[in-house]
Amino acid sequence: MELIKPGIRVNFVGFRRYGFVLSAILILVSILSLLLHGGPNLGVDFKGGTLIQVKVPAQVAVSQLREGLEAMGLPGAEVQRFGKPGESEYLIRVEISETGLERLSDQIKESLEGKFGSNTVEIRRVEMVGPKAGRELTDKALFALFFAILFIAVYISGRFEMKWIASALMAISIGIPCYLLKDSVGLSYLILLVVCIMLGLCILLRFRFALGAVAALIHDVIITVGAFSLTNKEFSLPIVAALLTIIGYSLNDTIVVFDRIRENLKKMRRQAFGEVINISINETLSRTILTSATTLVVVVVLFLLGGGVIHDFAFALLVGVIVGTYSSIFVASPILLFLEEKGKSGRRLPR
Amino acid sequence: MEKSLKWRGLLVLIVTVVALIYLVPTLVRKVPESWPKIFSKKISLGLDLQGGMHLDMEVRTEKAVENEVVRIKDDIKRLLGQKKIWARSVEKTENNDIVIKFLSPEFRDQGLELIENQYREFTVEGTPSEDARVLTLRLQDKVREQIADLAVSQAREVIERRINPEGVREPSIQTLGRNRIVIELPGVMDIEAARRIIERTGQLSFQMVIETAPTAQSLLDRHAGKPPEGSVILMGAEDGRTVAYLLEREAKVTGADLKDARLGYDEYGQVAVDFELNPKGARRFGVLTGKNVGKRLAIVLEGKVQSAPVIRSKITDRGQITGIGTVEEARELQIVLRSGAMPAPVEFRYQSIVGPSLGSDSIRRGVKSAIIGGILVVLFMVFYYRLSGAIADLVLALNMVFILAVLAGFRATLTLPGIAGIVLTIGMAVDANVLIFERIREEIRTGKTPRSAIDGGYSKALLTILDANITTVIAAVVLFQFGTGPVKGFAVTLTVGIIASLFTALFVSRLFFDFLLVKVGMKTVSI
Repeated sequence: MELIKPGIRVNFVGFRRYGFVLSAILILVSILSLLLHGGPNLGVDFKGGTLIQVKVPAQVAVSQLREGLEAMGLPGAEVQRFGKPGESEYLIRVEISETGLERLSDQIKESLEGKFGSNTVEIRRVEMVGPKAGRELTDKALFALFFAILFIAVYISGRFEMKWIASALMAISIGIPCYLLKDSVGLSYLILLVVCIMLGLCILLRFRFALGAVAALIHDVIITVGAFSLTNKEFSLPIVAALLTIIGYSLNDTIVVFDRIRENLKKMRRQAFGEVINISINETLSRTILTSATTLVVVVVLFLLGGGVIHDFAFALLVGVIVGTYSSIFVASPILLFLEEKGKSGRRLPR
Repeated sequence: MEKSLKWRGLLVLIVTVVALIYLVPTLVRKVPESWPKIFSKKISLGLDLQGGMHLDMEVRTEKAVENEVVRIKDDIKRLLGQKKIWARSVEKTENNDIVIKFLSPEFRDQGLELIENQYREFTVEGTPSEDARVLTLRLQDKVREQIADLAVSQAREVIERRINPEGVREPSIQTLGRNRIVIELPGVMDIEAARRIIERTGQLSFQMVIETAPTAQSLLDRHAGKPPEGSVILMGAEDGRTVAYLLEREAKVTGADLKDARLGYDEYGQVAVDFELNPKGARRFGVLTGKNVGKRLAIVLEGKVQSAPVIRSKITDRGQITGIGTVEEARELQIVLRSGAMPAPVEFRYQSIVGPSLGSDSIRRGVKSAIIGGILVVLFMVFYYRLSGAIADLVLALNMVFILAVLAGFRATLTLPGIAGIVLTIGMAVDANVLIFERIREEIRTGKTPRSAIDGGYSKALLTILDANITTVIAAVVLFQFGTGPVKGFAVTLTVGIIASLFTALFVSRLFFDFLLVKVGMKTVSI
């Protein structure tokens, strides 16, 4: 059976301007939503505070629960329904994480049982995070993401363009200052800055493949985080794991296309670079769609059947896989061409 | 080729059998007694899946340093007095230096000589005030670090004894970095009690009562606004009223002299804690109580006077702490006293409890959706790639077996992010097969024979698959280096999974194809 007929020739490279526009819109919307919401809706594991997950026998209005908590002397408690529609689980978030917390979960249980009857309310999870721990976790996660991307850039430049030494030098000159500065400046700004520097250096040093792959990764991460912000879903530690999965997936996808481009560049010395890229995308299209489809099947099942944390996790993957597939065709590959056009015209990639 | 087929087949068979043996303890509820030890390792479930308590705390080691400096300061003060080297004051500063103001520069020189001989852990700082009578002592950084490290390891032991007094639970207690302690306790749900018991300093001392008054202020009024030299004011309660006690500062006997503590009852039938002193403590206790019969002795617990009974006769090795309250409180006190005092307070960074039902819910739903998703993928592969798809499915199943076996061999703990790692690997394993099959199809389209098509397909897909997987491994290694607990779990399963899927996709599935070509004499590739 064949979904995609061999010999298919869609002019993806010709569509790249539409692709760029679409990506730009998605990224803009994501960033706007993040700005409007004041950053991602961080869970207590990042922000510090206390989270209590309760299961009650029937659905109630969130506002009702909130009023109940206020009556208990817990003003400013955030209440959110959790899991799939139709489930009666709620997340309660309180900012305190230290003293004064004695028996908080017991109090909440008692107060809710006064409403629903005794032994009907189940405290399923309690998390208390000190503000220090939360900040450290955020820092570490950001750091891990950044260094993962940096080393991937080195590997790709080395493998695809034989620029091992240049790219390693780039990584050292970015990585070490970043590591040394990590305690003195706000880490999120630092990472933002060095990522920009890294992208700039990739353009300057003409690490085409690394730039394409890294840009696609960042593109996917921003849009996924944006989707979380738009739907106001909680951004917790498992979601970071989902982001990592998306990075792995998107990278895999991009590498497969790049690999074919590299192979075809050797074979088709006459064709224009854009043409080679287009042929390569088309040749791998069948695989791209098949793999995405099988992955999506699993993710959709997780999304529909997995409760609670898995549900949100699957949501991230759902967005990430779709965006990741799109980005390897419409972001990563056209960027190669973009740099080629920016460089001396007619000069081919080194082989 | 036929010969290599045999060897490859044997290798795959051995690996599979070993993997299955490794998996038995994980999958079977009860492993037979005779099961070999090296295969008895199993995958344990993380707290997010199993339910339990996780406590992450920081030992405030600077407090331990401070305590030590205070102790040495008192020591120096006493020593100087003994040697008749007169000082106006011996004080501890904010940053834990000791400043001694001598009466004259001569005394300062004598004091300096004494301190340089006896307290080598201090360096003498230059006198900032240019005053020839002042001496500033600073604890060496190395010694500070030693004190801090010792405090952390002691705290860890104390905590272990407190949360696991009977030694029956299986808590995992880890020291992270310089001063963090992480405890994981499967099953235990009362986080407040656990926290309370860990937070207690457990400091116990016996100090003689000089006099009492209803308030601290009235005591101060009697002594010109300041407790007399060598005494201290502490608060307590008697018959429901607060009482201020003026106590001798020095405690001749402390909690460090305890040998044991047990639950008991006082003469009114109220719950109490009976304690027993070690021989050294008993000797001192005997001397103390022997010469103070008729006076009151304060039992000071964690900075408060717990009770202050009148000494009726000389006591040596046994005593009782009364006025505790409920049996539960007494039991806690007993555990705390037995475990010894905390060398420094702890600050909680992160605590979580996952209810057992949430954990099993996550597993049930996770497993259910994984099975449904898996079946859909398996069906799809057979539908799309026919026999080759079936081979891919078989190989995927083997892949799962290998991943789980390696995790069992490492005694890995499976958490939700870890499962995410496995899902990603399975995805990548499917992708590897798809890449190979698409290549084989391309080769077939160019009119190649089955054998050379399969050959070409594998060799051309090889580089792509390697590149894709190596980049992912790079990411996983970085994550392992920088990541925290859950992220690490993800990195581990991802790395293991990638190695397993490279082996199965490139080696095992190839074996099946070669078997079909050589042994079955397959003429066309069903793909």
